[in-house]
Amino acid sequence: MRSALQNRHLRAAFGIALVASAAITSNAVAQSDPRVGLKPGINDAGEAAKGMELVGHGMKPDNMQNASNPGDFGFLNSDLAFQGKFVFQGSFNGFQIWDVSNVTKPALRMTFVCPGGQGDPSVYGHLLFISVEETRGRVDCGAQGVTDSVSKDRFRGVRIFDITDMDHPKQIAAVQTCRGSHTHTLVVNKSDKNNLYLYVSGTAPARSPSELAGCSGKDATDDANTSRFRIDVIQVPLAAPQNARIVSNPRIFATGTNIAGLWKGGNHGEGTQTTSGTDQCHDITVYAEMGLAAGACSGNGIVLDIKDPVHPKRIAEVSDPNFAYWHSATFSNDAKKVVYTDEWGGGTQPKCQSTDKLTWGADAIFSLDKGKMTPGGYFKVPAPQTATENCVAHNGMLIPVPGRDIMAQGWYQGGLAVFDFTDVSHPVEIAYFDRGPMSADKLYISGEWAAYWYNGNVYASEIGRGLDILQLKPTDMLSQNEIDAAKLITSTEMNPQAQTKIVWPASFSVSRAYLDQLGRNSGLASDKASKITADLDAAEKLSGGAQKSALNKLASSIQGEVKGASDQARVRALAESVKKLAESK
Amino acid sequence: MHGALHHTIARHARSIRAGIRMAAITALLAHAPASLRAQGTGNPADVAFMQGMIGHHGQALRMTSLVPERTTRADVRMLAEKIEASQLGEITTMKRWLADHHQEIPADPMASGPHTGMQMSGNMKMDMPALMPGMLTEQEMAQLAATKGADFDKQFLTFMIRHHEGALTMVARLLGTAGAAQESQMFGFSSDVDADQRGEIKRMRAMLNAPAQKNTRGK
Repeated sequence: MRSALQNRHLRAAFGIALVASAAITSNAVAQSDPRVGLKPGINDAGEAAKGMELVGHGMKPDNMQNASNPGDFGFLNSDLAFQGKFVFQGSFNGFQIWDVSNVTKPALRMTFVCPGGQGDPSVYGHLLFISVEETRGRVDCGAQGVTDSVSKDRFRGVRIFDITDMDHPKQIAAVQTCRGSHTHTLVVNKSDKNNLYLYVSGTAPARSPSELAGCSGKDATDDANTSRFRIDVIQVPLAAPQNARIVSNPRIFATGTNIAGLWKGGNHGEGTQTTSGTDQCHDITVYAEMGLAAGACSGNGIVLDIKDPVHPKRIAEVSDPNFAYWHSATFSNDAKKVVYTDEWGGGTQPKCQSTDKLTWGADAIFSLDKGKMTPGGYFKVPAPQTATENCVAHNGMLIPVPGRDIMAQGWYQGGLAVFDFTDVSHPVEIAYFDRGPMSADKLYISGEWAAYWYNGNVYASEIGRGLDILQLKPTDMLSQNEIDAAKLITSTEMNPQAQTKIVWPASFSVSRAYLDQLGRNSGLASDKASKITADLDAAEKLSGGAQKSALNKLASSIQGEVKGASDQARVRALAESVKKLAESK
Repeated sequence: MHGALHHTIARHARSIRAGIRMAAITALLAHAPASLRAQGTGNPADVAFMQGMIGHHGQALRMTSLVPERTTRADVRMLAEKIEASQLGEITTMKRWLADHHQEIPADPMASGPHTGMQMSGNMKMDMPALMPGMLTEQEMAQLAATKGADFDKQFLTFMIRHHEGALTMVARLLGTAGAAQESQMFGFSSDVDADQRGEIKRMRAMLNAPAQKNTRGK
């Protein structure tokens, strides 16, 4: 079944039909990709792009890098969070705040040195949350590290800053956890307006109980209270965030009384990947409006019911013989699909070379129906990268194009890719941006940590180079109308692992996006589509009652075309969008 | 990103001695010109850990190289292949770290016997344990090489579990050493070694107790 995927994958990537038996190897096709052979360089690397362009770049500031070693792990940039005109960029050395009022010239508002890695950020109102996992992390944010192996100065967990005065963030709480915080996810529960919750994923060794009472790194069989095989839930009282504390440690991998109930670790048979055992989540994406969360949990992908945020319950789990390490997750807008990523090699290895399988270190797409997950296809950047480019699937999120499931995603030095997973079995790349390696001779950890759509632009966190801002450009795989429809979706605050439901407002561009899609997939006879396009154009020129009436008439006429169309669902969505337009007038 | 590294194990008294010598050099470098210090010469415990782990990996490779000719089990063969496949990348990473910190890189661990190490001054050698935790003596290596079939599988898994447990001890000692693992990469590396060794120990214990899977590809 899955052996055909590699061919499908390439066919999708290049938008051409390959004859199944054609003697075109992945390498031969991929070698013609403009991403192959880009000039190396830190700030003058060659660039290749399709369907998008780099419009702005903010250089990594001096105090957030080690000038003598551009790959110094202590200074890597990490994830992003967004609020208003500000982008919060995490770093292993602290965090940075960019003012992106002018996307062509992102302005560094401030840097905050507070080492401890990975610096995963979330923002909520005047509160900024930062993950810390390393033993060098200090409660006081000092850069000198912590010499003693047991120390009250050490901080591993989640810091909470008050950023009311953005130029002077003030740490108001620092919640210690046993394994530190590799990532965390903000959980906003509408029925609990007094509290925020954080789901904390720790992946590092547990610390000594002498440093933090109750911590244990033992195996489940040796210690029922082990700090492994769980997540930590922090409650943040909004009226008194300084009192934030851990309120539960859900055993979300349990089956019956066995707290280590999921994947034990190991391979899945001859020729398969070796998958880590499930004793941690790496990242959790919550979709509060659906009452769901998707956990990427080292050895498994899981789905949680989070209606009670303090006591999440696992309702589904899946494993995959091509996955080494379940890393992150993204829901489709209707929560009927989940994209899981596999961080084979941990993000520090060059896993996108021509010899690496396109199904390893890739995204695996699953359909989700009533707690049952069914595997679909895989997506991986199709252009082979060099041996000095760390590359594997990493963080991303949806681009809100109506009628399609589209996602932007960082691939470290594989650049960033935008792909369509509307058909779970056949994901298709539709845009990309890539730079040459940092160096031709040496692998410096760098590249796009993440790529996220926010208010009309794609923001990407470049680990070694700074902040990238890109804009989509129309191609035969994504039209201007679809881009315009995506731009209708704006928010005042955005944390990528806290997904929110996308609802498109009434707009001509939404209807035209559907029409473009029906043209692309021949979902409606072309003469009928042309007539609807002309009627829609004519209606737009009208005003008042005449416009409303024309739109209502058009909506009913489109509804009448549903039965004869080959893509009935899309024609129906088109009719509804025109009706919504009429109602808005 | 999740940590950097991986599995496996093994190392050599020779490398340990090299580590100690490097620690001495590191101490000297503490008084080196600022220009050199700015590049960072690494914490002595971190340096010794990296140098030691290269040799530790080397012994694991010597152990896994015995597998194809001797095992009767597919799962043991696949485990050995996995360990081998990850070795080169890990050794490359460790060598790169040592080079970045201007530290001596131990010679190719695969070429190592017990007596091929660099020469040490006598008083440094005295403080050295013969082997790091979990390592096999040359006698045990020979004993492993002399077995075949089910005996080999049992012996291999038993020794490799011990070897992995030794790596966990090395990580625990590192994290318990004042000033160690304060560099991001060292923390990530040692975290990964810890996670991977734990996982493989669990797997190997299960394999010791499991009915053998027939090795259909080996000899």
